[in-house]
Amino acid sequence: MCSNCSNDENFKILEKYVNALPSKEGALIEVLHKAQGLFGYLPQEVQAFVAEKLNIPVSKVYGVVTFYSYFTIKPRGQYVINVCMGTACFVRGSGDVLEEFQKQLKMKNGETTVDGKFTLGSLRCVGACGLAPVVTINDKVYGHVTVDQVDKILDEYNALEYAK
Amino acid sequence: MNKINSFDELKSIQNRSNTLLELRKINEEKELASEGNRCTRYLSVCGGTGCMSAQSDEILLNLRKEIVAAGLTDEVTAAITGCFGFCEKGPIVKVSPDNVFYVNVKPTDATEIVKEHLLKGNVVDRLLFEEPSVKVKIKKQEDMPFYKKQVRIALRNCGLINPENIKEYIAEDGYLALGTVITEMSQDDIIKLMIDSGLRGRGGGGFPTGKKWAFAKMYDADQKYIICNADEGDPGAFMDRSILEGDPHSVLEAMAIAGYSIGASIGCIYIRAEYPLAVSRLRTAIGQARECGLLGKNILGTDFSFDIEIKYGAGAFVCGEETALIQSIEGSRGEPTNKPPFPAQSGLWNKPTCVNNVETLANIPAIINKGAAWFSSIGTATSKGTKVFALAGKINNVGLVEVPMGTTLREIIYDIGGGIKNGREFKSVQTGGPSGGCITAEFLDTPIDYESLGAIGSMMGSGGMIVMDEDNCMVDIAKFYLEFIVEESCGKCSPCRIGNKRLLEMLEKISNGNGTKEDLDKLISLAETIKDTALCGLGQTSSNPVLSTMKYFKSEYEAHVYDKTCPAGVCKHLLRYNITDKCIGCTKCARQCPVKCISGKVKTLHVIDQDKCIKCGACQVACPVNAIIKK
Repeated sequence: MCSNCSNDENFKILEKYVNALPSKEGALIEVLHKAQGLFGYLPQEVQAFVAEKLNIPVSKVYGVVTFYSYFTIKPRGQYVINVCMGTACFVRGSGDVLEEFQKQLKMKNGETTVDGKFTLGSLRCVGACGLAPVVTINDKVYGHVTVDQVDKILDEYNALEYAK
Repeated sequence: MNKINSFDELKSIQNRSNTLLELRKINEEKELASEGNRCTRYLSVCGGTGCMSAQSDEILLNLRKEIVAAGLTDEVTAAITGCFGFCEKGPIVKVSPDNVFYVNVKPTDATEIVKEHLLKGNVVDRLLFEEPSVKVKIKKQEDMPFYKKQVRIALRNCGLINPENIKEYIAEDGYLALGTVITEMSQDDIIKLMIDSGLRGRGGGGFPTGKKWAFAKMYDADQKYIICNADEGDPGAFMDRSILEGDPHSVLEAMAIAGYSIGASIGCIYIRAEYPLAVSRLRTAIGQARECGLLGKNILGTDFSFDIEIKYGAGAFVCGEETALIQSIEGSRGEPTNKPPFPAQSGLWNKPTCVNNVETLANIPAIINKGAAWFSSIGTATSKGTKVFALAGKINNVGLVEVPMGTTLREIIYDIGGGIKNGREFKSVQTGGPSGGCITAEFLDTPIDYESLGAIGSMMGSGGMIVMDEDNCMVDIAKFYLEFIVEESCGKCSPCRIGNKRLLEMLEKISNGNGTKEDLDKLISLAETIKDTALCGLGQTSSNPVLSTMKYFKSEYEAHVYDKTCPAGVCKHLLRYNITDKCIGCTKCARQCPVKCISGKVKTLHVIDQDKCIKCGACQVACPVNAIIKK
């Protein structure tokens, strides 16, 4: 996410990216990946912008954005917590770990805390099944996570904010 | 590396680079270095996603620092390699030519490895693998039971070469198959060789690869496409990702061979955006192959041109289905289309297209180099070669294993996998991911191939193999897969979109203790209907987890429905927490209970009001004397 750029700048970067594409046909998903990388999520105005630049109906853009789980139309928190719900992690108890995160953060899977600090989600297989159950927070991977460790993990990030 | 202009030039480069991997391929114990007698060494550090998640990148950095500090830069090289497969014991560091296999290495262990092993010649004992059954430390990879029954074809270079160095791939006969094909063989020759080899699609379907190529060749068009399906969506499976991370060139080479065979000049790798490491290794590999003239215009000075681009998925399980995948590459919602027309006739941009899975492709260069007869000598009558499985779940040795077709489930789970974790009882093994089924103990001696797994209600699938023990509830597992399917159904056809939702609701009802006999009957008939009427492969197999668990674990469903109990103790609503005589009356549980349903005086036995209890388990955690039991 480009937190230092203003929205205007992001739109300019995105426009430049679209203009440089060899072909606009079939480029929608690529462009959405780029846009989400810039804005962090895909709000309505960004979807409308992409539709205009690619000369396709905004309904098609919305259809694609909502089809794929990687795209989000809601802003995400500073720290995105993902509990792996792949089968390997599930049979080793990741469901309980997810429940504990929900309990501690007092919100449901898929939601973001009011202060914009944490987003809680689940994903399907990180590919580190030897470490099951696995939790990722942004790019950091936590292996062999147990329910008891959840508050310690959250404290790590609560302390970070404090240090700021 | 410079551009390679002819097949002969490639062969001479291959000849010259033979020495590159010499150290790593010596298979005998060398005399270890003692002080003053240093010898050349190569340290391979696992660079797969699993080990990287456990800081193997930091291990490599530390090793390099220590090597410099010890003044060993001339003698010792440390580099990454692809997945060794033994993920349970990762991160792994292998020292060659001593052939010492260190497991569970931490970044802080780098100092000891360099100071003790490299400088003094003392193997660091505590980092060796200990065989749990006999409590003996094992030094060499090939002596470990985990590796003994494995045969590596698709994973041949994982754990051996550095995936970011094309020279090492070439040293291992890399791109020789492509060279042979485009200079010496006709399209029909290769297709015949592929058919003779008996290779079948490893993505799950098991369609003969040679036939698929023959169909795509048959149609005339100004442009054809080869697509590599790297949209590995089966939760708990990581075979394709490990191949792409550990040996990306083998996939690129095979795509070019496929391109030549059907007359395509453009290849496309459709990969999950959630696989950043695999994407980055692929990008590096494509860049190197172009630089060497092994991709691009006039490959090795011939008339054949072929180039590859990467297309990103965005998280949709159904995109593993080939027609949905093509829709997604075209920038649309990944909804499957009716077949026919098959992609071989009208695929990407309505042109003839051949879609092959990563593992299928990784086998191809080896088949061409060693011959169809060699490949078809491995395996069973109908399924040739090997299959890679991602072995996970309640098993001691989680990891990536490659075994000849025909190996039994028992061999994989007990000999290679080391049996069930914590000495628990085996209950079931699930193959084929959300489209597959659960297999019980009575079928453990089934030799694995496409047909035999189908016959016992499961399927080969892409290679996920999840082991479950007595603590897993099969109703809960069926519910887990149905939740996945409901989340991932594209919604195009109603049997899948609506039918699976109803199935899930019934399963929820059963696991909540409200199920009736009628629900059990309805489950089966609805599951059968979905199987018969859904549009695509995902939909038609989506009810398999329900059907197979109903078939083999009916009594467990019945216990939920008639006795309102969950035999495995998983389904929360059917559990009861009880306080036993062990209670010392400390009141801790009563204070922790969020609904205040525990009563009792200090120093007397406490009681839980079952009507109010929400089964959160807080009391059990709080009890200092383990007086609270869950049943």
